[in-house]
Amino acid sequence: MKALSLMERFQSNRHALGYTFMLPAVLLLAGLLAYPLGLGTWLGFTDAKIGRVGEWIGLENFAYLITDSVFQLVVFNTLFYTIVASIAKFILGLWLALLLNKNLPFQSFFRAVVLLPWIAPTALSALAFWWMYDAQFSVISWLFTKMGLIDHYIDFLGDPWMARMSVIIANVWRGIPFVAISLLAGLQTISPSFYEASSIDGATPWQQFRFITMPLLTPIIAVVMTFSVLFTFTDFQLIYVLTRGGPLNATHLMATLAFQRAIPGGALGEGAAIATMMVPLLLAAIMFSYFGLQRRAWQQGADK
Amino acid sequence: MKQFSRREFIGTGAAVASTAAVGAFSPIASAQTPTLAYKPEAGAKLRVLRWKRFVQGDEDQFMINIEKFSKTYGIEVKVDNEGWEDIRPKAAVSANVGSGPDMIMGWFDDPFQYPTKMLDMTELCTYLGQKYGGWYDAAKQYGTLNGKWLSVPWAFIANAMVYRKSHVQAAGFETMPKDTAGFLKLCQALKEKGTPAGFALGKAVGDGNNWTHWLLWSHGGKMVNEKGQVVIDSPETIAALEYARELYKTFVPGTLSWQDPNNNKAFLDGQISLTANGISVYYAAKMSEDPKMKAMADDIEHAHFPVGPVGRPMELMQITQMMCFAYTKFPNATRELARFLMEGEQYNPWMEKSIGYGAQTLKAYAANPLWHGDPKVAVYGECPAMATVHGYSGPLGAASAAVLGDYIVLDMVAEASSGTRTPKEAAQRAAERAKRYYKA
Repeated sequence: MKALSLMERFQSNRHALGYTFMLPAVLLLAGLLAYPLGLGTWLGFTDAKIGRVGEWIGLENFAYLITDSVFQLVVFNTLFYTIVASIAKFILGLWLALLLNKNLPFQSFFRAVVLLPWIAPTALSALAFWWMYDAQFSVISWLFTKMGLIDHYIDFLGDPWMARMSVIIANVWRGIPFVAISLLAGLQTISPSFYEASSIDGATPWQQFRFITMPLLTPIIAVVMTFSVLFTFTDFQLIYVLTRGGPLNATHLMATLAFQRAIPGGALGEGAAIATMMVPLLLAAIMFSYFGLQRRAWQQGADK
Repeated sequence: MKQFSRREFIGTGAAVASTAAVGAFSPIASAQTPTLAYKPEAGAKLRVLRWKRFVQGDEDQFMINIEKFSKTYGIEVKVDNEGWEDIRPKAAVSANVGSGPDMIMGWFDDPFQYPTKMLDMTELCTYLGQKYGGWYDAAKQYGTLNGKWLSVPWAFIANAMVYRKSHVQAAGFETMPKDTAGFLKLCQALKEKGTPAGFALGKAVGDGNNWTHWLLWSHGGKMVNEKGQVVIDSPETIAALEYARELYKTFVPGTLSWQDPNNNKAFLDGQISLTANGISVYYAAKMSEDPKMKAMADDIEHAHFPVGPVGRPMELMQITQMMCFAYTKFPNATRELARFLMEGEQYNPWMEKSIGYGAQTLKAYAANPLWHGDPKVAVYGECPAMATVHGYSGPLGAASAAVLGDYIVLDMVAEASSGTRTPKEAAQRAAERAKRYYKA
C-alpha cells in the first residue's frame, strides 16, 4: 500500500481540516475584535496623547480616575442611567408585548409600528427629543403653557436631575421596541395549551401570568435584558446630541467622558482607561442579568 | 463714531491697519515688496483636508481659489471636508503614521501636539508678515514654537457681544457698557425689563468656552502662569466666579443646557436681548425675507466684551490654521498653496464671501471692505487684535488642549454660577482637574 501523501493525510485528518476551516473566522475575530480591544486596554495603561505614542505608566490612569470627582460622578450617572432605564424598558416592554400578543384588530400593523423608534437612527430621534426638551422652544412646554398648566417653560436639560430623567425617558422610548418585539417572539413560543389547561383548572389571569408566562419567558428575558443593559450602558449618541454630558456633567456617561477626554481633549490614554473601566462594570451587569435570571431552580428541573 | 472709540483698545498696528486701509502699506509696497514663490515639484498632486464650512460662501470661494491654483500651476488639488471635530483625530493619525493630506486646516494649538511632524513655515510666514502688516499677537503665538513657525494661522472665528439696541436703551443704557461692573448692571436692568441676557453654560464648544474664558481672564484669573503651573485657585478667579453668580441670576432660564446653537435661536426668536456669538446671528436676521427679522437686524448691534478689573480686553477666539506636514512628498507645492491662499488676491475675496465668519490673522487684511461697509460688522474685524490664546498665560501644547477639551473652565463657571458649588470649591476642583494635565 502506497503511503499517503502529506496533502492526503492533511485532508483526511479531521482535526487539521477543522482548524483550517475555522481559520478565517479566527483571523477576522482576532483582527477586528481582539486586536482593537487589546490595543484599547493597552492604551489605558499608557500616557498616550493624540499625536504622541504613550509610555507605559501602569495603573496611574486608573488610580487618578478613582480620585477624579468628575469620573466618580460619571460612574454614578452611568449606573443610574442603566439601572433606571433598563427597568423601565423591561416593565413597559413586557407590558407592550403582552398587549401585542392579544388578538387585536390590525395586529400586524401595530406590531410593525411599534418597531419605528428602534428603526429611526438614534441621532435623528435624539434631535427630535432635543427639540422637545429645548429650554426656549420645547413643544411640550409650549403645549402645557397654552393649556394653562404651567406659567414658565420647563428646564428639561438645564437642571441636573431633570436632565437625567429626560435623557432616560428618551432612551426608554428608543429601547422599548427592542424589548417588546423580542419578548413578543418569546410569548408566541408558549403553547396555548398551557393557558387552556390552566383556565380549566380555574386559574386567574394573574396566576396564568405568574406561573405560566413568566417562567417560560424567563430565558428570553435573560437574553433580551442582557442586550438591553449592554446597549444602555454603552449609550453615546443620545447623550452626545442632547446634552454632551451637561448640565454640570449630570448626564455624562462613561462612554461620552471617554470620548471627550480622548479625542477633543487629546488624552488618549486616559480616555482608553475610562473605556477599559467600563468592562468590569459591564461584565457585572451581564452576569447579573444572565445568571440571575437563567439559573433558576425550576430550569434545572428541580422541584420546589 | 462709536467704532473709533472702541479702537482705542486695539494695538497701534491694528489701528493703522483698520483705519488707514491698504494705503498705509504702499510705501513698503512701492519701495520693496517682499517676494516669495516656491517652485512646485514636477508632477505634484496635493490633498487638503478642511473642516466643513459653516457659511456657504466660505466653501464656494475657497474652492474657487483652489481651482485658480490648480489652473495656474497645473497641480491637481483634492479637497476633503470633515466635521470640524473630526479634524483633530485625523490630523493626529496622519502625523503619527506619516501619511495623509499634505495640508490640514486644524484648530487652536493642534500643531503643538506634534511639532516635529510639521513642515517648517518660517520663511513663508515671515514673508507674509512683512508683506501684510504683521501677524496679530495671538496668531503668532498659535503659529510659532521657539521662534519657528509650525503652521500658517489662517483665520480667527471672531466672537463678540450681540445685543438689541432698543432693549439696551429701554433698560436705561445708551450703549453697551465698556466695563464689567456696568455690564452686570445692564444685565440686571435687562432682566427687570423682561428682555434678559443669555450665555451658554452647557457643553458649547465655541460660545460657552469663549465667554467663560473672558469672564475668568477679565477678572485677572488664569489657568496657569508663564511656567505652566496651575494657578486657577486664586482670589482673582473667586472674584470672577462671584461675578458670574450675579450675572447668572440675570440670564434667561435654561442656559445650563445650552449648546452652541441655542443662543442663536433664542436671540432670533426675541427671547434674549444680549448674548455673545459669531456674526451668524446678525446675518441670519439680515438675510431673512421676513420683515420682522429685517427689523430685528436693524436693531442688532455688536460690541467687544467689556473690560474687567485687569484693565484690558481679554477675549478668546477660535483660530484655524493651515498645518502642512513634513511627510509631504511635495513640500514646495504645499508651501506654494499656503502662500497662494494667504495672498491678498485670494484671501480678501475669501474673507468677504465668508461674511466675516473667518477674520484675518494678518493685520493688513483689516482693511478689507467687508469690515468697512456695514458698520455693524466692523466690530468683528477688530476681534483678532483682542484675541488671547486659550493656554494663557502658559505654554501651548497637549496640556492646554486637554484643559480646553475637557471644559474645565466652562464647568467651573457653570458650577459656581448655578450655585452647585461655592466659587472656592469650583476653583479648587478646576485646579485639581487641570493639574492632571499640567503635571509634567
